[in-house]
Amino acid sequence: MISRKRHDLYDAFASRLFGGIKRNLRRFCLAFGLTGLALFAQVASAEVSFAGKTVEWIVPFSAGGGSDTLARFNAPFFSKHLPGQPNVVVVNEPGGGSTKGSNLFEARAKPDGLTILITSGSTQFPYLLGDPRVRYEYANWKIVMASPTGGVVYTSPSTGVENAGDIANLKGKRLIYASQGATSLDLVPMLGFRLMGLDVQHVFGFKGRGGGRLAFERGETNIDYQTSSAYLKNVAPLVESGKAIPLFSWGSLDENGNLVRDPTFPDLPHFAEAYEMLTGEKPSGPDYDAWFGFFAAGFPAQKMVFLPKGTGDDIVEAWRQAIRDMLVDPEYLSARQAVLGKYEQVTDAAADALQRKGTQVSADLRKRVVDLIEREYGVKIKEK
Amino acid sequence: MLEALTQAASSLASLNHFIWMLTGVCVGLVVGVIPGLGGIAGLSLLIPFVFGMEPTAALGMLVGLVAVIPTSDTFASVLMGIPGSSASQATVLDGFPLARKGQAARALSAAFASSLFGGVIGALILTGFVLIARPLILTFGAAELFMLALFGLSMVAALAGRSLAKGIAAGAVGLLAGSIGAAPATGEFRMIFDFEYLYDGIPLVVMGLGLFAIPEIVDLLRKNRSIAANALLGQGWIAGLRDWTRNTFLSVRCAGFGAIIGAIPGLGGSVVDWITYGHAVQTCKKNPEFGKGDIRGVIAPESANNAMQGGTLLPTILFGIPGSGSMAVFLGGMILIGIEPGPALADAELGITYTIIWSLAVANIMGAGICFLLAPPIARLTTVPFAWLAPCMIALVCFAAFQATRDIADLVALVAIGALGILMKRFGWPRPALLIGYVLAPQAETYFYQALQFNPQYGGFGMLLRPGVIVIAALTLASLWFGLRRRVKEIDTVGAGGEEKEAHATRFEQIGFTLAMAGFCLLAWSDASSHTFLGRIFPAGAAALGLVFCLALAWRLWRGPSRHPAFFDLEITGDHVGKKESGRMWSGWLWLAGLIAGAAVVGFYAAMILFFLAFLRWRTKATWTGTLCLTGAASAFLLGLAWMLSLHFPRGLVQNAYDLPWPFR
Repeated sequence: MISRKRHDLYDAFASRLFGGIKRNLRRFCLAFGLTGLALFAQVASAEVSFAGKTVEWIVPFSAGGGSDTLARFNAPFFSKHLPGQPNVVVVNEPGGGSTKGSNLFEARAKPDGLTILITSGSTQFPYLLGDPRVRYEYANWKIVMASPTGGVVYTSPSTGVENAGDIANLKGKRLIYASQGATSLDLVPMLGFRLMGLDVQHVFGFKGRGGGRLAFERGETNIDYQTSSAYLKNVAPLVESGKAIPLFSWGSLDENGNLVRDPTFPDLPHFAEAYEMLTGEKPSGPDYDAWFGFFAAGFPAQKMVFLPKGTGDDIVEAWRQAIRDMLVDPEYLSARQAVLGKYEQVTDAAADALQRKGTQVSADLRKRVVDLIEREYGVKIKEK
Repeated sequence: MLEALTQAASSLASLNHFIWMLTGVCVGLVVGVIPGLGGIAGLSLLIPFVFGMEPTAALGMLVGLVAVIPTSDTFASVLMGIPGSSASQATVLDGFPLARKGQAARALSAAFASSLFGGVIGALILTGFVLIARPLILTFGAAELFMLALFGLSMVAALAGRSLAKGIAAGAVGLLAGSIGAAPATGEFRMIFDFEYLYDGIPLVVMGLGLFAIPEIVDLLRKNRSIAANALLGQGWIAGLRDWTRNTFLSVRCAGFGAIIGAIPGLGGSVVDWITYGHAVQTCKKNPEFGKGDIRGVIAPESANNAMQGGTLLPTILFGIPGSGSMAVFLGGMILIGIEPGPALADAELGITYTIIWSLAVANIMGAGICFLLAPPIARLTTVPFAWLAPCMIALVCFAAFQATRDIADLVALVAIGALGILMKRFGWPRPALLIGYVLAPQAETYFYQALQFNPQYGGFGMLLRPGVIVIAALTLASLWFGLRRRVKEIDTVGAGGEEKEAHATRFEQIGFTLAMAGFCLLAWSDASSHTFLGRIFPAGAAALGLVFCLALAWRLWRGPSRHPAFFDLEITGDHVGKKESGRMWSGWLWLAGLIAGAAVVGFYAAMILFFLAFLRWRTKATWTGTLCLTGAASAFLLGLAWMLSLHFPRGLVQNAYDLPWPFR
């Protein structure tokens, strides 16, 4: 009842706001699906229907971040393809570095398919590191969609490196990296650089990778990485004008969970290849496993969308079918490029694999990383 | 460049663009009027609609929305003393005293004229600035940003009030409050005392509302009259415009400050109003009445905050680095439209940038025009007896506060900081000094630590050789010099009769409050000592500073001559003293605390309805008809807002135990 009323009010609000401007109103109606239409559109074959309901999409971050933008981009397409065309609203529940909203989801979401959660690497890292604020359990949740991303590491020509092949020249150089903190996503470059034996000074306290890029452009740091879309838009021009040299991409995972070259950057070596260029050996051992575990959580499995624990298989299937339909929707495909770059959103087995890879780190690897952070960077993580 | 200018001009001239921009402006004005809502809420409302729109029209709508928020948030700041948004906190200092004198119209019209002018000047500056912005923004490294934070802190000197010791102590307490949460260098959590809420620090909205809005509401409530003491309301529209024309040079300077500080990523927009307010205090020689209702104290921040909004666009579109929360949503909107931020926008796609900048100017003109039309009826609010207005304002303040994290803890923090604000007001402690310290603490600490690491020459002193640092350091010294010379004695002591001698009588209460502040510093000190060196050094330094000045002040209050300006107590010198209709000091605060306690049990929405009923019946002594009408209207209004923003009200114990239907859920 309530959600029905909300929907009608919503349409009323829209028409008031948009007055006589029919063209866009129609687009709006198409995108969101009118309740009335939705009621008639009940298909006999669909057992699960969300007709007249409102789906709340919990975003445990403030409005405007990457996860929020992704959710707001996807919400109308979810609405269009879910059975019964429910209204999908984005609800921001920021706080505690995304642990607050995720805790709320774990504690309160009902398994009726009407509440979903998007998490990002910043939700997984506290979970993997055993942060005491985490009261959610990834293994309980049902994944419906995953959105991978990649990243490219680049350096300043002042280090004497002229192209990716010169990476060995970095040995022994004093490198400076602008970091968001030892327990943030920047743990991946921290473990990676350390594994490679590079002498990197991590300067903490940056808010977002954008600030780090600015510090690089100012010449305050000389090594940096950006996620793929930021790299293409903001670092590629620097590379063209000779102010930045790309070194390697973090890589990407194939269906079997092996590290391969990032499809967006096929000409760049991935992390393990770059390691081999530096040391002459393939990376292995517990430090590599630790890097790999956090890399998988931070990049290929960076953004995941979940249904709460206990959700029935029919509802999970209805959601996954909606995602499958969305992934071939021409309107979605044409809009996707701008927001997501070349990475495809995945569901089904591929998403299951990412959930496993991105949310599991063995107890001794966790301890290894926690000890390392404390020993080398003085950052203590309270054990639960 | 000429081509880009004509391209921008032609897209601005189209009717389609105009209509969408007007839509954006209207939504912006509405969300701007409601305290706590601002760019973030407005953009979240509009972003579902940008799908499939023509990019320039969508851009016009988003820019229109962002541009006018600092125009309409003035209403709450001037008429109610509630900071409408973090960019107009300083407007409260002189705008509200003007409203209380019955000069709300004058203050508003001067403010709108300043907003309009500031917005247009900002756009003009940006038109030229955008071409050189990239290299210029890149000259601001960590060392320069640290010096800018110090420059901001130097405003404490000008706003310290009658006792410099109180000002510095308040600033130090602000620094400590701002350092709650994760340490920038190590990520350690400081002063959280096992409250999960404090992990992220105290939100700025809660701090601003607690320090400024709550004490004013409480004060008005006990005086039992309307906000405006005498009804001169209809007059003053022309006077306000004349005030502004007399201060155009000040307005230009502040707009310039606003645009430039906004354009530098990293400092944040919430200090611009304080810096320009401080600047006005330092430079206005003729009959300064700051703190008691000086129109220049309204013109300065209002000229700056609209210009700043344009400034923050630059790092957003050129670097993809949002300077504020609303810019972050704007950035998301741009990506959804299909415009990727990046260096191309200052080069190949310069036309788009100019469309954005000039949309900003046009939207500012539209916004100020509409506000001029709306102001006369809205200004009548100040003549409503306050007992009727109070429950609405309390509900509004609570609504604004829990926008911060949408947690009941926001409301608890509001009550606690409200109590602090009431006491600071009573004992003449300058609240602006505390707020400036609080706002700048994270910046000062982060950039100091980073600057040391990036400039290791001569053990960190190498940063002093950078030309940018030298220039800002010179500005800071000048600001300190002028600030100390023209310190505003009356800051934050509105309504005081001024006889220090009488205030001597309650010196033990005053000493008690000073020692409580010292106790907070001591607590911070002991917390700091449990952390690593990098996590400890900043709060320990601020705590030591606060402790020294608190103890010096306490000593002076105990042994000093009875006419010393450090003595101050509004309970002795305030203009409510001796009037028999005056209520008790804490009664308004207790109503608020009751509302929050109720919310903790039955959830905010139900508690709010009960609060309205109780307040209107017992306190306002309204008839049942009046009570029910106002309660119904207020709860419908909140419901509409909550529904449009798709938010949940804070839950109570009942909600945790039972599953209730929305909005009681």
